[in-house]
Amino acid sequence: MNKHASNERRRQAIYGWMLLTPAAILLSLFAFYPSVATFWSSLFSRGTRRNPSEFVGTENYSDLFNDPTFWLVVENNLLYAFITIPVSIFFALSMALWANSKISAKGFVRTAYFTPTVLPMIAAANLWLFFYTPDLGVLDQIGSLFGFASVNWLGDPDTALWAIIIVTIWKEAGFFMIFYLAALQTIPTDYKEAADIEGASRFTYLRRIVLPLLMPTTLFIVVNAMINSVKLIDHLFILTKGGPSDASKLILYYIWEMAFAFFDAPHAAAMTVLVLIVLGIAAAVQFLYLDKRTHYQ
Amino acid sequence: MSTASQLSNSSSPRVELGFKQKNVIKHLDSVGAIALAMIWIAPLIFAFWAAFHTTSDAVNFNLLSSWTLDNFRVAWNGAPWIRYFLNTFMLVTVILIGQFIITTFAGFAFAKVTFPGKDFVFILVLLQLFILPEVLIVENYAVVSNIGLFDTILGVGMPYMASAFGIFLMRQSFKSVPMELHEAARIEGCSWFGILMRVYVPLAKPTYIAYALVSVSTHWNNFLWPLIVTNSDETRPLTVGLSIFGAPENGVDISVISAATLMSVAPLLIAFLIFQRQFVQAFLRAGIK
Repeated sequence: MNKHASNERRRQAIYGWMLLTPAAILLSLFAFYPSVATFWSSLFSRGTRRNPSEFVGTENYSDLFNDPTFWLVVENNLLYAFITIPVSIFFALSMALWANSKISAKGFVRTAYFTPTVLPMIAAANLWLFFYTPDLGVLDQIGSLFGFASVNWLGDPDTALWAIIIVTIWKEAGFFMIFYLAALQTIPTDYKEAADIEGASRFTYLRRIVLPLLMPTTLFIVVNAMINSVKLIDHLFILTKGGPSDASKLILYYIWEMAFAFFDAPHAAAMTVLVLIVLGIAAAVQFLYLDKRTHYQ
Repeated sequence: MSTASQLSNSSSPRVELGFKQKNVIKHLDSVGAIALAMIWIAPLIFAFWAAFHTTSDAVNFNLLSSWTLDNFRVAWNGAPWIRYFLNTFMLVTVILIGQFIITTFAGFAFAKVTFPGKDFVFILVLLQLFILPEVLIVENYAVVSNIGLFDTILGVGMPYMASAFGIFLMRQSFKSVPMELHEAARIEGCSWFGILMRVYVPLAKPTYIAYALVSVSTHWNNFLWPLIVTNSDETRPLTVGLSIFGAPENGVDISVISAATLMSVAPLLIAFLIFQRQFVQAFLRAGIK
């Protein structure tokens, strides 16, 4: 009996590892090894024909910290995150509340909100190009009706990043709406009736009952939006290419440019390591800290 | 509606006023929701308008001007679209097949097999949720080149096959299968592999459909990684082709770009409009679990 049990355990162990092998190989090849290799190559100088690559310690990192472009890009990305995250969440919540209430044309409204989600970012950028083109674009034509001067939305350092931010919000709000919509449908209607009988205003009901109940969903969305603020950069390739004079450049775009346009892999690797550290901290904070605060009694 | 509130609605004049106010608010809600919806689809509507008109008619918003298919003709002849469509189609298929096989095996191992080191390995897998393939472009490019897969569709797809997200999804789905079914199949003499394929996989069908929809629409739309690892028309997916076609250096005008954009989003957009409910359900299922 005992022997049989231990045989069974051994069989399960072999079986478990066999099932995991394909995933383990691919994850090692495309996630774990590259992470370690990125860190390793960030410690070496860029090899040229004359000077072979050599160990330079943290020199690539100090180069980055002395590079004003790097700080500008970090600043851009922080602004990008701090605007797109709350504004998309605000729109997502409004959309979900509307799509969940008794309004007319609900089906159309819901479809309209969600449609940008299924479009590629590249296509979205092309669509918005027609809005942002100076003089001929939709925005300038509307502006000229009210007597505003033409603005080069994508070519002006003061507006380029904002133009990028608007496209991102437009793209992700409808996606986040879906999660709010699902959560809203789990809130029992008794709560609304009780609030009505107590004479609570719509705003009070929203603030005291709906928002706390939506807290876990909001957390999930915040984490996704944070990841998006690193990841969603495709539209830069069409709209601004990070310009003018780096005004709309974001970190991942800068990493790409460093590695594949300037062929400076070590500095790109150093920047990648910094991004991974920030993502890691974000993950840790989510698991350890925020998770506790979202439990609602 | 509870009877209590209906009663008070008809009896007290104060609540009567509240009822009217509620109606006004309801209409305001509708107006606001529809206005936002119009803003949200405006870029698509304008692109549609521009794609079917000459550039000058499009930008002058000449509502009476005649419609034309010329832009589609120019766009269609400007790039090997059929090839791009085919590449994207092959890419999403290759990724989906790879993901199904790998995440089914790994998900099953994590859900139903006991083996030493399981929890530790599972945490390693979850780590990948935060090590985004997008961020590791530099070293992943080196890996793909070293194993000779640069500029191949397999090379574009491979980093996404062992998706931690997919493994997690399958694990959750397999975990909810009652152990009695597993035992019954075993008593019938089914092998481990047979149990997996005949009991677990059929029961997880909704999860597979949800995962497939999310995976296909993600990779149909992916851009940065394919841009890096493809270098010829034979491998380039639609998104990369579209970005090259629309590059300002090529000097194509707004109507032709709009036509090309609509062409390349049409299959997914039409599929979405037809299967809207399933799409939304799929994203929900994938996100919540």
